[in-house]
Amino acid sequence: MFLNRGLTKLGLAAPSQQLMTDIALTDYAAEKAGSMRRAARGEPLFRGLTFLAALFVLVLFIGVMIALTMGSLPAIKEFGPAFLWTETWKPATEKFGAFSAIVGTLVTSFLAMLVALPVGIGIAIFLTELCPRWLRRPIGIAIELLAGIPSIIYGIWGLFVFAPWFQLHLQEPIIEAFANVPVLGTLLGGTAYGIGTFTAGLILSIMILPFIAAVTRDVFLTVPSMLKEAAYGLGCTTWEVMWQVVIPYARTGVFGGAMLALGRALGETMAVTFVIGNAHRLSPSLFAPGTSISATIANEFTEATTELYTSSLITMGLILFFITFIVLATAQLMLRRLEKQAGK
Amino acid sequence: MTHQINKGLYARRRMINGVFLLLSTGAAVFGLVWLAFILGALLKEGVQALSPTLFTLSTPPPGTPGGLANAIYGSVTMSLAAVVVGTPIGLMAGTYLAEYGRHTRFAFVVRFINDILLSAPSIVTGLFIYEILVRPMGHFSAIAGAASLVVIVIPVVVRTTENMLLLVPNGLREAASALGAPGNFVIRSVTWKAAQAGIVTGVLLAVARISGETAPLLFTSLNNQFFNTGFTTPMASLPVVIFQYALSPYDDWHALAWAGALLVTATVLTLSIIARVLENRQRN
Repeated sequence: MFLNRGLTKLGLAAPSQQLMTDIALTDYAAEKAGSMRRAARGEPLFRGLTFLAALFVLVLFIGVMIALTMGSLPAIKEFGPAFLWTETWKPATEKFGAFSAIVGTLVTSFLAMLVALPVGIGIAIFLTELCPRWLRRPIGIAIELLAGIPSIIYGIWGLFVFAPWFQLHLQEPIIEAFANVPVLGTLLGGTAYGIGTFTAGLILSIMILPFIAAVTRDVFLTVPSMLKEAAYGLGCTTWEVMWQVVIPYARTGVFGGAMLALGRALGETMAVTFVIGNAHRLSPSLFAPGTSISATIANEFTEATTELYTSSLITMGLILFFITFIVLATAQLMLRRLEKQAGK
Repeated sequence: MTHQINKGLYARRRMINGVFLLLSTGAAVFGLVWLAFILGALLKEGVQALSPTLFTLSTPPPGTPGGLANAIYGSVTMSLAAVVVGTPIGLMAGTYLAEYGRHTRFAFVVRFINDILLSAPSIVTGLFIYEILVRPMGHFSAIAGAASLVVIVIPVVVRTTENMLLLVPNGLREAASALGAPGNFVIRSVTWKAAQAGIVTGVLLAVARISGETAPLLFTSLNNQFFNTGFTTPMASLPVVIFQYALSPYDDWHALAWAGALLVTATVLTLSIIARVLENRQRN
């Protein structure tokens, strides 16, 4: 425009052209002003819609709780709180108790954490301190991608590849080796089926491993390098820096990440269903087939023919939801606290 | 004053350091080896079972040739439906958290509950939809399957949308507001546009997440042996077919299950990689 005006002064540019530009500009401005006016009128609507969408998230959560509670009323009326500690599970006579499934869920998750937590932290230490710089990104990305592989893949692999291998090469020698050892002989005894509670725990641990490693690595990276440098400056070894500076500083985050992983392990369905063996009976041996809450629901829900059977399975779902809620809520509070700390 | 170096202590510290660093390297090798085993087995078994008929024939009875066409169609349809319904809700809710609600108590509660829904067991989602859709309708249906996937899509989209909108510098919002643009105009033509790549990331992650979900479909869309396009009848899906065929006693069904597993994993990994690239672009 300035150029145009300059040219006009010199009598070089066609006035009509300048006029057209002005008109185009005015049109454009008018149009924008119009859409803004419309937007201003629509502001309460838009704001309301976003609010409703946010409210919908809460509605979903409350809806899940209400629907599951309603669905489990028949079973709760019939069995009362004893449902929680009754081991019997007899669809034929309609006697149901969730005890063996609850124990199965807790034991498999515990086993998974027992393996995955130290190994996951080890991987995080390797990635943040030891790994050559050029390898860090590829390994980091590989781990993050693997955390996203659907659990049914771990399930099918566990059933067809891992369980037969485990039965032949590990389970049989272990059973023989511990046959006469007091406590371990019972825990790791019995028949080598390949599938069972122990296998389910191992598959779960492989599944949550990338998750723990990724979260822990991210938390380790938030530790100010000044702290680490100070420790190194005092002559600490790498291990001493990790153990006495990095891990204490990052413990809230590591704990939060571990709880998040535990929440996943507790609710994990497909990876467990394939390999746990689906036996509603508590066995002193970890190698014996067992069941978990999610595996029971996945296996039996479509076969449940009576109201009470279905309701018992939904009650188990409610129990699972409740347990994971507590674990995940703890994880959230831990990680929130960390975020606030990092924000300061 | 003499400086004595305690050689014994020094050697011990070095040894402990060596042992633990060796252990953590071992941990990394251990983890990667297992994961390599899984992907290796998947490739070996899956590639063997790949054939063109996989995409043209429906799931067969045992002993006859067949493919996964109906399951692929079902998975794609239900996932698409879930994304089409879930994305706008998730986008709007995420926008509320990042733009309007930010520090309110309500937003805090929504954020907290959303993050719990994000990792809540997906089988519970299936039970929920069973109670509110399948039971009143009296039968399993593709609608119920899609609905259970919507419940999984929403928290993923909410979380990424909020995170990505918070990355948009406040200066942009202030500049637009200073020109007299009303709030929603700023959001729609400035903030959303600036966070475009990030928002698409969230949607892709959600698709990746639901394309492998099995548990919520088991008792909502169930399964269907035949090619079915109706939304009110049961519909096959890849994960459910994998589940049923893998647990069957037939070898040809096992092969189909492996082929399906390979397809699902390839889809999920491709989507996650694209999502990662987009997210990196957003963050830079």
